[in-house]
Amino acid sequence: MSTAVTQQQVHDRIVEAIASFGPDPEDVKPEALFEALEVDSLDLAELAQIAEEEFGVKIESSDVEGLKTVGDAIELVSARAS
Amino acid sequence: MNTEGSALVTGASRGIGAAVARALAADGWRVGLNYRSDAEGAARVAREVEEAGGSALPLPGDVSEPGTADQVVGRLEEAFGPALVLVNNAGVRDDALALQIDDDAWARVLDTNLTGAFRLTRRALRPMIRARFGRVVNVASIVGRRANPGQANYAASKAGLIGLTGTLAAEVARRGVTVNAVAPGFIETELTEGVGRELLDAVPARRAGSPADVAACVRFLASPEAGYVTGATLTVDGGLTA
Repeated sequence: MSTAVTQQQVHDRIVEAIASFGPDPEDVKPEALFEALEVDSLDLAELAQIAEEEFGVKIESSDVEGLKTVGDAIELVSARAS
Repeated sequence: MNTEGSALVTGASRGIGAAVARALAADGWRVGLNYRSDAEGAARVAREVEEAGGSALPLPGDVSEPGTADQVVGRLEEAFGPALVLVNNAGVRDDALALQIDDDAWARVLDTNLTGAFRLTRRALRPMIRARFGRVVNVASIVGRRANPGQANYAASKAGLIGLTGTLAAEVARRGVTVNAVAPGFIETELTEGVGRELLDAVPARRAGSPADVAACVRFLASPEAGYVTGATLTVDGGLTA
């Protein structure tokens, strides 16, 4: 039913989403800390919603606590999307 | 004006909810009319809205049940687009002195008036946050902040609604979503049938309020112009608690 989601697709969508929350798109790299990007819990809740609606991936509030960097989010969504 | 989204009013088959639905439809919103059991009332409101040139969809569902929020909001969105306005109006009362309120009477009022509103808001905030626009209006009561013997469960549910309003407002303000409450006083509806007329003597305006009086407040709070009002409770009681 659904085509296989690539890590690149997940990467691109997550970077795009995080950039839409305010940070300079150039700063949104996998090693970037959410705190440094001023991405907060409301932004991550929206990111979780995007992950669920677009990749069918459920991110619980307990998962969100463990997400410190952009890369953490990309890895989590990629792992659960496959 | 509002071609991209929809509005949901709970308890829209009569009373304040019906008046709110008509007011929002007059402002261009396509309105979902949630009701628990009064299908006839909801159909009547839908007809009135459509005759006035608007769009309305009756949406049955008991807000006190866990699955209702997803089901009702989902159906609304399929028909009319993302939910961008939510009016939590569905409410019940089951009056008795606290000493005589049993667990069922307590739970029923809290589940409908407070928990139902919470679940619907949690679900409706999703499209609002993505759209960077939203209006949540909770129909509370002056009883949430002033004593009214015989209504401990109702008062608790309405005070809870006011507390919920403030915190939610602070959480989502950055996304252009406002969350406010209206606190009606004594309003002439089925919910207040049988309540003593002597209460009116204490109302400076010397009359009971009408559903339209409350709907006017909700209409303002739901409007694009009210974007800087959030976390507020607008009392509409003819001066009773002034």
